[in-house]
Amino acid sequence: MERSSSFLSVKKKVGNVSTRRIVVTSGKGGVGKTTTTANLGAALAKRGHRVVLVDADIGLRNLDLVLGLEKRIVFDIVEVAEGRCQLRQALIKDKRFESLAILPAAQTREKEAITAEQFAKVIAGLDEFADFVLIDCPAGIETGFRNAVAGAKEALVVTTPEVSAIRDADRVIGKLLEVPMPISLVINRLRPEMVRTGDMLGVEDVCEVLNATLIGVIPDDEEIIDTTNRGEPIVLDESNRLRTIYDKIARRLEGEDIPITSFEKPTFFKRLIGAITTG
Amino acid sequence: MIEFLKRLFGPSDSGATAKQRLQLVLMTDHLALAPEMIEAMKRELVEVISRYVEVDREKVEVDFERHDHALAMMANVPILGVARPSERAPERAPEAPAPVLAAEPVAAGPQPLQQRKRRKKAQRAPA
Ligand SMILES: Nc1ncnc2c1ncn2[C@@H]1O[C@H](COP(=O)(O)OP(=O)(O)OP(=O)(O)O)[C@@H](O)[C@H]1O
Ligand SMILES: [Mg+2]
Repeated sequence: MERSSSFLSVKKKVGNVSTRRIVVTSGKGGVGKTTTTANLGAALAKRGHRVVLVDADIGLRNLDLVLGLEKRIVFDIVEVAEGRCQLRQALIKDKRFESLAILPAAQTREKEAITAEQFAKVIAGLDEFADFVLIDCPAGIETGFRNAVAGAKEALVVTTPEVSAIRDADRVIGKLLEVPMPISLVINRLRPEMVRTGDMLGVEDVCEVLNATLIGVIPDDEEIIDTTNRGEPIVLDESNRLRTIYDKIARRLEGEDIPITSFEKPTFFKRLIGAITTG
Repeated sequence: MIEFLKRLFGPSDSGATAKQRLQLVLMTDHLALAPEMIEAMKRELVEVISRYVEVDREKVEVDFERHDHALAMMANVPILGVARPSERAPERAPEAPAPVLAAEPVAAGPQPLQQRKRRKKAQRAPA
């Protein structure tokens, strides 16, 4: 019954008051919630925190795949909620890290298979195992979103610098402020060269429009697709150039004050240079 | 040369356009005014104005625009002429307000119905 995993036996105190329960959400689909959850979770674990990543996307399980843990799933969160298994039995430990585990979503169930109360209860049970619980929220603002938010005490809102993603992020921020909970913004898939030429909203623009506090900017990079294909979190590869980006977000989450590289809008002078060099 | 100038003076600059469009759409989103409310507002507005002048009801346009940091309602009401005496508002004492046609008051003033509580700057997660 009792499994002898080092991860599960760390600090077995009940009701870890300091556990951070963070929902990663966006409104719009496909903007990078799962990618961010996986890589940020890995970065936090690498920094020595006990981390549990929860896949709240019932019916569209993905987090396991992004982390390369898809073959090891036995139980899922709905089964935990229904009392068919113990919470610890459903946790899949990522062997590449000291202290990273995921709680998988059910793949063949409906979103309604779990209520917000059940969800929140399962998440609260994770305090015992984790310092950080990151909840990968499904797209939308319906059942799945409400469940994921019910389990959280703070939020990371992920957006891309595009109009529809930003509008949806605004909607989600409005809902989260009603709860209320602290919100930090992640801008994903930024293309610095497009910002420089004025063809993409810059970091300051997005923050201004959403009136939110920024915690990280992640560039649009093929490397992310590549590592996702292989199921390998970016922080695992010491030589990966994107490593520091997730590591810094992790440190900001810890409360460290690290400046964020922003990609300013073009000044007239830069445009002149740009026009001369490309023209 | 034109290409050069375009690049110099912020050619397509679609980022700026995106920002402007977003700021406007978010303001109307925050207003949370249902379309039928906007319709009702438009109807009553026309009623009031038609008491004084004859209005081309078919061509009335009501739009929202962003002025600096506030949302402005822009009404375009084409006037055909002075209202016929029968339709004109009855003379009354200056302190008495003109009668409102609809019995049920609709908040069509400058204040939005349920504007979202002024959003505080979302706080950084506590350490
Ligand atoms: N910074 C990035 N650069 C390049 N590709 C990215 C980046 N972030 C995410 N992607 C890619 O975008 C796609 C969608 O990402 P992801 O699955 O994380 O989004 P999601 O918000 O979880 O989607 P859903 O709403 O469907 O759950 C994936 O193919 C992912 O590899
Ligand atoms: Mg996802």
